[in-house]
Amino acid sequence: MSALARAQRRAPYALTGPALLVFLGLVIIPLAMTVLLSFYDWGQYTGIVPEFTLKNWLDIATDSYFLEIFLRTFRIAVLVTLASIVIGVPEAYILNRMSPGWRSVFLLVVIGPLLVSVVARTLGWALLLGSNGIVNQGLMALGLIGTPLEFMFTETGVVIALTHVLIPFMILAVWASLQRLDPQVENAAASLGAGWFTIWRRVILPQIVPGILSGAIIVFALAASAFATPAIIGGRRLKVASTLAYDEFLNTLNWPLGAAVATLLLIALVAIIVGCNRLVERRYAQVFE
Amino acid sequence: MSHLILEGLGKSYGPVVAVEALDLSVARGEFISLLGPSGCGKTTTLQMIAGFTPVDHGRILLDERDLGTVPPARRGLGIVFQSYALFPHMTVAENIAFGLEMRGIARPEREARTLEAMELVGLKGFSDRYPRRMSGGQQQRVALARALVIRPSLLLLDEPLSNLDAKLREEMQAELRQIQRSVGTTTVLVTHDQHEAMALSDRIVVMNQGRVEQIGAPDAVYGSPASAFVAHFLGKTNVLAATGDGNGAVAIEGLSLPLAGAPAGAVRLAVRPERLMLAAPQAPGFSARVTGRVFQGAHWLLTAESAAGPLTIIRHNDGQPVPGEGEAVRLAFTAADISLLPEGEAASV
Repeated sequence: MSALARAQRRAPYALTGPALLVFLGLVIIPLAMTVLLSFYDWGQYTGIVPEFTLKNWLDIATDSYFLEIFLRTFRIAVLVTLASIVIGVPEAYILNRMSPGWRSVFLLVVIGPLLVSVVARTLGWALLLGSNGIVNQGLMALGLIGTPLEFMFTETGVVIALTHVLIPFMILAVWASLQRLDPQVENAAASLGAGWFTIWRRVILPQIVPGILSGAIIVFALAASAFATPAIIGGRRLKVASTLAYDEFLNTLNWPLGAAVATLLLIALVAIIVGCNRLVERRYAQVFE
Repeated sequence: MSHLILEGLGKSYGPVVAVEALDLSVARGEFISLLGPSGCGKTTTLQMIAGFTPVDHGRILLDERDLGTVPPARRGLGIVFQSYALFPHMTVAENIAFGLEMRGIARPEREARTLEAMELVGLKGFSDRYPRRMSGGQQQRVALARALVIRPSLLLLDEPLSNLDAKLREEMQAELRQIQRSVGTTTVLVTHDQHEAMALSDRIVVMNQGRVEQIGAPDAVYGSPASAFVAHFLGKTNVLAATGDGNGAVAIEGLSLPLAGAPAGAVRLAVRPERLMLAAPQAPGFSARVTGRVFQGAHWLLTAESAAGPLTIIRHNDGQPVPGEGEAVRLAFTAADISLLPEGEAASV
């Protein structure tokens, strides 16, 4: 084998090497250490004890306290994902139909939430949703409700605030797949006698399923692992997996238990997303090419 | 009785007039082409007939019914789009059956008619294919079957062959014509391709800048173009400067021909390149000098200069000697080959 051929064979490894090193150092090793940490022991007075134990995992598996928190986390993530689909898909469609000038204005409005710091935005929601907030005052002034609705420190409040910040990901993903649609298919369906609802259900929706799915994956993953919004709107009592892990790490100082919670969150997320992906891809195999 | 009538149909986009008062009457079963360069208003006209573009003024009558307020879904027209606009997530059979399903036709009849339509366009056995897995020509056939299966009162074709390569396009032209003949659906074709329009249509509507330039059978429009635009748009043509004597005759040098309605003084005549003949040295004719010669297999394409203007001549490759570059020739044509062009039009369209 000539020297040139050998060099060419090595080139791909040499070129991907640096990125691989960064990935290894910043993602894989810390992740592996977190997983390892979840098997360590911990005591009130001894701190972290580097001994292999399944105690943390057994705690999580048997204590209904953890089950409740994980169920709440994924309930919130599912509701946020559904709300993003219900609101985001029509919004993306309308955006796609706008004239280019208006579209760029409203695109800015859509991604607006992402441009505001998470703390400022969440505190803004806290002001709106508080029992003396504008939403409750408005509803009471209209006579729709007698007593203030509880948004703060409830799942409803967390879902509203998370939907607000995560919906741009859904809109952009759906918009991207709408742009790939042949603009004439709607006219074609209309000429064959389909009304607008049928056109939507039978022609447009099936073709943008890949966009909805990729948007849903992003929204679900971000909603399930969100920290600041549940921390501020949900408060100390309404814990989700990420705030639980935070508390174990920084308040209780039980790092191994926190690591187990974080690892479980990661595993559950990957499993749910991969499972859903498979399911939808099989159902809509033709659109995913 | 006319099947489709367009009455003073017009459409403007702001100050731009897309279609200016179009009048057209199409007979049942007729194949009619709207032909013109891009921006001539042909596509806008089709869009108005289909109902996708609102009409500014004028009326569209289909079987004496005003389509003005009828939404596209209720017009019952079959449309083949330039991009075919097939539903990529449906199989061929599902695509074709979609219109029948929308009409609430029961499954057994739906399936029978879908198969029938697939047979008509030569796609038997392709039921379960997805459009993405088919060639352009096959997709085109699916689009045609999908439009025809609903038994439309009118078939609209929007540049249906423009995405196919030249050989396939010719094949599809013949087939399209044959299918249209066999089902007898009144058809309106929009195209910028003169060959396509001439090969397919019973009548051609030549449009330019939102106006109709000429309506007529392909050979009539080709043979006697009503304007310099039509003469140039449909095939190659020569515009010759001649002199009228005021008594119904025109002359170029030694060639004098009767032409009814020719005014006195300078006139402009259109003569097709294949009608310019080489004349014997002493016979009536006018002189020209060959400036170029291109061999094209079945014929020679000659360019020449003359006192009447620059010329293009087509000589059939019939074994006779062909004049070479720089050679002086004597040319003639007959009175039947002339179209008198109206005055006031730029000669260099």
